[in-house]
Amino acid sequence: MPKSKSAYSVPTKKQKPDTYIFVVWVDNEAGVLARVVGLFSGRGYNIESLAVAEVDADKNISRITIVTTGTPQVIDQIRLQLTKLVPVHKVAEFKREDKDVIFKEMALFKVVGKRNKIEKCLNACKKFNPVILDETKSSAVIQITALRREIDVMNKKLKPLGLISTSRTGAVAMTRGAKIFN
Amino acid sequence: MPKLLSGAEIVFKCLEDQKVEHIFGYPGGAVLPIYDELKNHPSIKHILVRHEQGAGHAAEGYARSSGKPGVVLVTSGPGATNVVTALTDAYMDSVPLVCISGQVPTHLIGTDAFQECDTTGITRPCTKHNWLVKEVSELSNVIHEAFRVATTGRPGPVLIDIPKDIQFAKTKYKKPNKEKKLNGKSHNKFSQNQIDELVKLLSKSKKPIIYSGGGVINSGPKASQALREFVELTGFPITSTLQGLGAYPGDDNQFLGMLGMHGTYEANNAMHDCDLLINIGARFDDRITGKIDEFSPNSKKVHIDIDPSSINKIIKVDLAIVGDVTSVISKINKTISKRKNGHSKSNKSNIAKWWEQIEKWREKDSLNFVNSDESIKPQHAVQRLYELTKNKDTYVTTEVGQHQMWAAQHYKFNKPNRWMTSGGLGTMGYGLPAAVGVQIAHPEKLVIDIAGEASVLMTMQEMSTAVQYNLPIKIFILNNQYMGMVRQWQELLHEKNYSESYSEALPDFMKMAEAYGCKGLKADNPADLDYKIQEMIDYDGPVIFDCHVDPNENCFPMIPSGKPHNQMILGPNDKEENKIKGKGKALV
Repeated sequence: MPKSKSAYSVPTKKQKPDTYIFVVWVDNEAGVLARVVGLFSGRGYNIESLAVAEVDADKNISRITIVTTGTPQVIDQIRLQLTKLVPVHKVAEFKREDKDVIFKEMALFKVVGKRNKIEKCLNACKKFNPVILDETKSSAVIQITALRREIDVMNKKLKPLGLISTSRTGAVAMTRGAKIFN
Repeated sequence: MPKLLSGAEIVFKCLEDQKVEHIFGYPGGAVLPIYDELKNHPSIKHILVRHEQGAGHAAEGYARSSGKPGVVLVTSGPGATNVVTALTDAYMDSVPLVCISGQVPTHLIGTDAFQECDTTGITRPCTKHNWLVKEVSELSNVIHEAFRVATTGRPGPVLIDIPKDIQFAKTKYKKPNKEKKLNGKSHNKFSQNQIDELVKLLSKSKKPIIYSGGGVINSGPKASQALREFVELTGFPITSTLQGLGAYPGDDNQFLGMLGMHGTYEANNAMHDCDLLINIGARFDDRITGKIDEFSPNSKKVHIDIDPSSINKIIKVDLAIVGDVTSVISKINKTISKRKNGHSKSNKSNIAKWWEQIEKWREKDSLNFVNSDESIKPQHAVQRLYELTKNKDTYVTTEVGQHQMWAAQHYKFNKPNRWMTSGGLGTMGYGLPAAVGVQIAHPEKLVIDIAGEASVLMTMQEMSTAVQYNLPIKIFILNNQYMGMVRQWQELLHEKNYSESYSEALPDFMKMAEAYGCKGLKADNPADLDYKIQEMIDYDGPVIFDCHVDPNENCFPMIPSGKPHNQMILGPNDKEENKIKGKGKALV
């Protein structure tokens, strides 16, 4: 055991962290994102990705999707702390492996090169509904939707084929079937 | 059509409707319209402090001792940044504060204008919520909502930032909404099943302990009443956190004293060895738990708290009851009383052995110290202060350090709301302004700040406030010329390298008292102590009491960092001292 030479105890054994997705419904008001993000940074939680936009203009509600890692205890804390924030209406969380939840991210790839290379890129992206948003003789902007890890893989794969710029949204999530997050 | 009111008028309308009687503040450019309006509202008295941190702590003392929210009014920029320490302190210790700050006019926000700062940005992590009011039409709703947020659930500080043009702009006033929209933030939804489960645990337990905290105080005097009934019904031993002192009578036999780092031997050992631990309104702070892995290893743990995020944050519990302490304990008491024949008698005999064990621990007399005829021992000074003031309804505040722990150990509180101290944040300089706030709330009562000379110098300027309003607060300084707790840690953990913990050039507190226009008293001989203390109590006006104490005294018992509850270092009177000290040294 490391010896403590301070007024504080030494950290004790840690559990293994898992990846979780939080969906948070908030009032769409000034500073609300800062409150949510500040909670994460202030308490030392991770943010792997973040997606936020207004989803109900009448009720003025935004939906924030946050991918984070943590031990079950930390994940519990994140949920409870988020729930305490005044502009937060509802918090849902689930494990990345959860089969009942769809979890998608969109990416834009700019590929510069000869036609055949661009074709190769499109081919490589075939599994992920590639859409060409812009095309010139020597370039293309390809849009795909996929899981986070899949986009990571594609990002690597397309580099040698002329990928010069990647832009991606954070992950967004939705339950399968008729039910919604409660 | 209703009359249009200016933003400044609306501020006061809201304060009146929220039944605010006192505000603590300091004027400045960006709040001048509000200060201008003050004269038209005779029911609200403004207390002019000398530094905005003092306003914050005074409001904390006011809130803690009265149960009402404390209100603070400061200007933009430095006014707001100066109050940040007090807001953070209130956030850590769950004190309801409503802070109103001025801001530069809306068209200048973001331009680095004179005395501009991002007040809502700076205070976001140290308030429950804050608002920047950009439309005067929102102002009344925001202020009413602010009071609601500050005082409901787990209480805490809030801040309302009002730009100067909004203070001038006119609109209609809106009264507070009677029906509270709860937005899913109400946490009083415990069930009878949970209560029954707890009562079952109570009746099975052979080695129970109740560990109560500041939540009992925050829940109001009825909570303390219910707690006392609960302790009487069960016959269980009870210990308390620093913030919970006074919820249960400190001189009662079932009370084991404070627990934690400087808690009693019996309280900490009972926590370690118990088979049932009932946490009522406390939060398993790291000064309480010691080493987490070895915290109360063999007990079933129950946690009653209004804040769901306190549950399982530090310590996993077996039964969590989320609710207001008053309603939960009253429910438990009712349930126990209903089954009175079965449980209450048989269980008391169940735990007779446990009480025997506790009495054995008690014999250690862990708060003992070697008294002296030559120098005043700080523990002795607190004991004498207690003996000479216990028959009055005395309110005690403290600064932070050794003197704070000695006060907690040796001053016995019998009522809630009589003990105001900075526990979570540990803010040196809290006690003097807090005493100002307490005295404002209780003008006829005896208010004493048990202080250290280093802490009290941090907010000494508030003596001027006390003199201005003729607040007869008593500043009882245990003067050992050191930052005592720092020195103690340096002695125990850093090979007596007393790096910068000695104050070379302390002021003459007698002359300081004279300069402020209050009474100065000094004692450096144990023989003078009693009559000097009596003189302090009898004097009708603020007093600074410079009590010179033995500078080498350490605060015992203590749990060294990283150790469980059953490995305490005891004081010098203990026979096992050398052995345990040896262990303590091995730790470093």
